[in-house]
Amino acid sequence: MNENSSSIALSAKNVYKVFGKKPQEAVRRLKSGTSRSELAGHATAAVIDVSFEVKKGEIFVVMGLSGSGKSTLIRMLNGLWEATSGEVIVDGTSITGITPAKLRQVRSEKISMVFQHFALLPHRTVLDNVAYGAELRGVPRSEREKRAREIIELVGLAGNEQKLPDQLSGGMQQRVGLGRALAADTDILLMDEAFSALDPLIRREMQEQLLELQERFGKTIIFITHDLNEAMFLGDRIAVMRDGRVVQIGTPEDILTDPANDYVEQFVQDVDRARVLTAGNVMERPISVVAEGAGPRTALRAMRDTYSSAVYVVGRDRTLRGIVRDRDAIKLVQKGESSLASIIRPVPQAVSVDDVLLDLFVPAIESEVPLAVTDDRSRLVGVIPRVTLLAALGPGTTATGELTIPQQAVPTTVIDELLASGETDAAPAVHGSDPKEVH
Amino acid sequence: MEDFRIPIGEWIETVLDWIKINFAVIFDGVGTAFSALIEGLTDALLAVPEPALILVFALIGWLVRSWQLAIGTAVSFLLVVAMGQWTPALQTLSLVLVAAIVTIAVAVPLGILMARNATASAILRPVLDFMQTMPALVYLIPAITFFSIGVVPGVVATIIFSLPPGVRFTELGIRGVDPERVEAGHAFGATPGQILRGIQLPLAAPTIMGGINQVVMLALSMAVIAGFGGADGAGKEVVAAISTLNVARGVEAGLSVVVLAIFLDRVTSALGAPGDYRSSILAILRRRRANRPSGAEVTTRARV
Ligand SMILES: Nc1ncnc2c1ncn2[C@@H]1O[C@H](COP(=O)(O)OP(=O)(O)O)[C@@H](O)[C@H]1O
Ligand SMILES: [Mg+2]
Repeated sequence: MNENSSSIALSAKNVYKVFGKKPQEAVRRLKSGTSRSELAGHATAAVIDVSFEVKKGEIFVVMGLSGSGKSTLIRMLNGLWEATSGEVIVDGTSITGITPAKLRQVRSEKISMVFQHFALLPHRTVLDNVAYGAELRGVPRSEREKRAREIIELVGLAGNEQKLPDQLSGGMQQRVGLGRALAADTDILLMDEAFSALDPLIRREMQEQLLELQERFGKTIIFITHDLNEAMFLGDRIAVMRDGRVVQIGTPEDILTDPANDYVEQFVQDVDRARVLTAGNVMERPISVVAEGAGPRTALRAMRDTYSSAVYVVGRDRTLRGIVRDRDAIKLVQKGESSLASIIRPVPQAVSVDDVLLDLFVPAIESEVPLAVTDDRSRLVGVIPRVTLLAALGPGTTATGELTIPQQAVPTTVIDELLASGETDAAPAVHGSDPKEVH
Repeated sequence: MEDFRIPIGEWIETVLDWIKINFAVIFDGVGTAFSALIEGLTDALLAVPEPALILVFALIGWLVRSWQLAIGTAVSFLLVVAMGQWTPALQTLSLVLVAAIVTIAVAVPLGILMARNATASAILRPVLDFMQTMPALVYLIPAITFFSIGVVPGVVATIIFSLPPGVRFTELGIRGVDPERVEAGHAFGATPGQILRGIQLPLAAPTIMGGINQVVMLALSMAVIAGFGGADGAGKEVVAAISTLNVARGVEAGLSVVVLAIFLDRVTSALGAPGDYRSSILAILRRRRANRPSGAEVTTRARV
């Protein structure tokens, strides 16, 4: 338990926030089963019974439509707004009901924030904005400015130290906002729709930079967004909010492949699956595989059984050794050799289980057999036929479900026999691709 | 119905009498302080040779606004001198400055209080409405009973009359600060005082300066009325002109008030919107400071 709680950066326990008259009574009624809409006339229940734990170093995304209570929730996590009921614990310290001085201390030492509309101080230079947290903590000027300059460099704003915020573009202003939060040197970062006001290209750039910075500093980030693609791209885990409640918490894959209810399912319908699902999510059990020690006949048999033109060869520990093609195997049989060693070729297109589908298209096109998927110890853990890759992108079906394999091509020998026995067509035949090739 | 009358006026008179008797010491002290301040300031201004003082006013105009204002100021103040209205104009200016400074010193904190505290706002708002809509001359009567004839009732009436816009604009300005920016202060651990000084007041400054402009203009209009209470200055000149039906004197006194009004308005409104006046000395200095290369750039350049 102790060990567990020390790996938790922040937790919310049955948190409620009600705006309006008699909030306590509204919470009591909500607890006894009254619905949010029944309260509507008297009070707005913005956040209802929300509980979660955020692990240290995690990017925890809270996602939901506008008005679902995300901003209200995040403002309770640093005590900007006090929870009507429930408790918020930041790095082991409960911030519910503590004195204003204690709360200020928690904010300046443990948790900082990036705002949707940047919330920079327009009368201060970029340098002074970034150094703001340190200034409040009483760090001497030269020291805090040195640190601020490092951070400004880090977020890509070097040379703009003496500018005022309104001399910068939106994207640059939010870099200042991010820099201000980083320079505060807190372990936890709250980001409320931090990139929503930016245009798409800059947004993607900022998302990538955020991931880089997170990797480098290991910050715990709680990121709010209404954009599912953003949630999927950034989140280690995602909490989906609806009408003040959290309806599902899970990894991006969980949310995508196993939505908890219709609401989540509708939400995920238009997500860019190619950027979210990984090879590991869609791969199938490898069947055309032979062991290293097997002979060419075994390999050919395996190819015949799986209708493929090649098989993968794996070692004893299932590490991928290479690929053997049908033509090479046939030659080997004709020569009477019994070891595959001489005809094993390297696999040009093996992909990793963590690669997103978007990165699989080119290898899949270039590979004549289902793509080999390997884990971090180069073991063959699965294969992805092209049909599977395509099916995974469609809505509705879960990518790991059963697939109907298209009809196999009639073997060439059969066609050859047929053609030899009959007359020629009026038009000359067009030579297509190898009919034995697997889709 | 003819005989039905509630003697509100008499009641208030009774209350004021009671106040006058019981707080005489305070009134005496306040009166002495005000007259010392105003007379001292007037004497100080009059001690400066006229051309030198006009030059100072002109430079103030250039400092906050433009060289055009500087020239206009110099010409129009010379006109005041030429009309023989220099001494009353400076007396009025002293009254306005002292009254405006005291008003601002009261109004801004009250406005801050009202912006932060809904109850205070709800209580003070009708009081301010009352103060602003009451005809200005009415303030002179109790002020004269408390402080007797002279400059003091004028300054007190002026303060009461010009207070409301100062309070209102301050409250409005602070309430109008982007709440996300105030949240940013809280989120980084600022105390309420640090948020007030570092975020709310600087961001509300243009609005507050608008209020100060209003305060000064109202104070000037009231300072003329203060002439009826015996305050020396342009107002007293006007009163004298009315009682002797002296058109020439009245016009000259009136013109000197107009000159003061234009000068004070242009200067205080420029203070509220410094960004609008790019040729002011202040703006030039600010630009020069902003263009000075930062420390980091200097070191990289040195290394190259
Ligand atoms: N200060 C407030 N007073 C009253 N209602 C509020 C306040 N802030 C938010 N709400 C209400 O709470 C609900 C959730 O709002 P919010 O947390 O801003 O949602 P989101 O950030 O997900 O768009 C909305 O119905 C909103 O109208
Ligand atoms: Mg929001």
